[in-house]
Formats: sequence, structure tokens, C-alpha cells
Amino acid sequence: MSSCKEDDPRIDGIQSRIRVVPNFPKPGIMFQDITTVLLDPRAFKDTIDLFVERYKSKNITVVAGIEARGFIFGPPIALAIGAKFVPLRKPKKLPGKVIREEYDLEYGSDCLEMHVGAVESEERALVVDDLIATGGTLCAAMNLLERAGAEVVECACVIEIPDLKGRDRLNGKPLFVLVESQ
Amino acid sequence: MAAQIVDSTDDRISRISSSIRVIPDFPKPGIMFQDITTLLLDPMAFKDTIDLFVERYKDKNINVVAGIEARGFIFGPPIALAIGAKFVPMRKPKKLPGEVISEEYSLEYGTDTMEMHVGAVQAGERALVVDDLIATGGTLSAAIRLLGRVGVDVVECACVIELPELKGRSRLGDKPLFVLVS
Repeated sequence: MSSCKEDDPRIDGIQSRIRVVPNFPKPGIMFQDITTVLLDPRAFKDTIDLFVERYKSKNITVVAGIEARGFIFGPPIALAIGAKFVPLRKPKKLPGKVIREEYDLEYGSDCLEMHVGAVESEERALVVDDLIATGGTLCAAMNLLERAGAEVVECACVIEIPDLKGRDRLNGKPLFVLVESQ
Repeated sequence: MAAQIVDSTDDRISRISSSIRVIPDFPKPGIMFQDITTLLLDPMAFKDTIDLFVERYKDKNINVVAGIEARGFIFGPPIALAIGAKFVPMRKPKKLPGEVISEEYSLEYGTDTMEMHVGAVQAGERALVVDDLIATGGTLSAAIRLLGRVGVDVVECACVIELPELKGRSRLGDKPLFVLVS
């Protein structure tokens, strides 16, 4: 189930601040650059507010953010709703004991890690990233949280690329996005 | 009333300090790694951290908060949002799409490069540089140089933790450093 806030007047401002960079990181890819949203304090605030309004009454205890752009959007949401923030990282970045989840790339595979003990059983979690493309990373993130016993309530992204059908990779978990992009 | 404010700050610092976890021998033998992820698991400590920075900077006409990848992305954005400044990510090579400027800096062995988007900041803007920790000061001084090259006035560097024995403060030139825990 994908839901998206088409009718809120703040969405236009956010969408207009997203910069599309062609052929990055490789030819044929139209990269959705959110750094230009961050340069507009009003647009950045509106982005966070839209998420906070949705989640503040949902008893979320954990916001998990995916390295690195999930680190920009996750913490402000966590702070506003009184949840803890858990960084989900590339291999070997987190010190101490971690659990890891491997996931497929177009060529080869990658891994996402989470600290042992960061999340407890029965916690209610939100997973945050700037964008969902194929959904591989978000799926790995959800698996990590569920392996630790948490319930993933929803995935939240600023942007979705619907053609890549990422929402179908989320094991039936709901996805909430602000902007859909071609 | 003044004494009450100081006590409140001391209480907050104490909570923040005790929430930081030290991991021995990471990323290599002999290094006592200061892990802030445990601070992020304590919503009160995380809020206090941000509040202490915001209280210091909210009346200083800061236009830009520059955060250093990746843990500077966790602390920088909440500060930027609270003081109405833009957030600019300072990244490892090849992560930022589009035109960038680069600054090389020394590591213990070899060098690394930091990048910032062209056009993210304007000459005359007042900036804060944020990271979780200052060790040797190499990364922070690279960020100061990058911003300085485009005419930005770096007002201060702000970190949660300082490792004073590594004398990072002396590598920041004339730029002041503010930390919560030393």
C-alpha cells in the first residue's frame, strides 16, 4: 500500500526544490538530489513536519535511518516524536557488536548493519530514507529490525520512483512518501 | 535564577556524557572509540545535545550549518532546522551529484578528499561546522578551508566530543571550537 500526500500545499514547495541530475551515478540514471531541499529552510522544515504530523500519535519508539541520507531526515523526526534514533550502516562503520543483513544490487550484493541491543522486542519502528528505488535497501532495513523483534509500522521516504516498484519489495509493509518521481 | 540555568546545563552535560559508550580497540588496536549511537538511543540526551547547541547559536545569525559525513549528518540538520539555517552536507568523494569543489586533507597514512556542492553557499554567509567528534582536527580543518575558499565566514566549529590530547583545536587556525564533552 503506498500513500502519498498529493493534496497538502507544502508538497509543491518541496517538490520544486528537488534537483534532478542526469547521468549520475552512471549514464541513464536521473538522480533525484535532495540537497537542494536542505538549502531551503522552509522546504526542509515542511518535509519534517509532514512526517511528524503523520507519526506523532502512532506510538513509534524507534526511527531507523539508512546511511547516509536517512541520517538527515530520520533524527529530526525522532527528536520531534520522542523516539530513539538508530543508524543503519554500511559494513564496518558501527563499533561493537552488530547484526548484518545482506541484500542484492544490480551487480553483486551489499550489507546493512545495526547495533545489537539498539532495538528491543516489541518496539514500534519507522524506517526512513530519502528515496525508495528498487526497495532493496529498505527491505534489508526492515529485516534487521524484525530480526531484533521490533514491529516495522511503516517506511517513510521523501521520494518514490514508482516505475521501479520498490513498494512491492516491502513484504506488505506500508510505505509513505511525499513526492513521486518519474 | 542564573545558578539554576548553570545547574540545568551541568545536568544535561552529565546525562549526555554518561550516555556515550567507549569501545576499546576500534577501528584498530589502541584506539578507544567514542560511540555516540548510545546517546541517540536516549531521546532526552539527544534532545539535550541539540538544545545546548541551539541555545548557543540561535542569536548568532548563522545562515549555514555544514555537517560532515556521516555522523555530522545526525547532529547538523536538527540544529539547522531549529535556527532556520540551511544544511549543507560535506561528503566523501563521488557521493554528491553535479558540480562540486574538493579539498584534500591528510590522514595518518595518505590523504582523503572532502567535497561540497558548488552553489550551496554564498560569499559572506555565516557558517557553523558540525561533527560528532574532533580528534586530530584534519576533517574539520578541511571543511573550514572548503567553506573559506568560497568566501564563507566560519563562525565556529561545534562537536559533541573533543579528544584534547590529540590537539585538534590547534589545527583550526583562528576558528573557535565549542564542545559539550571533553
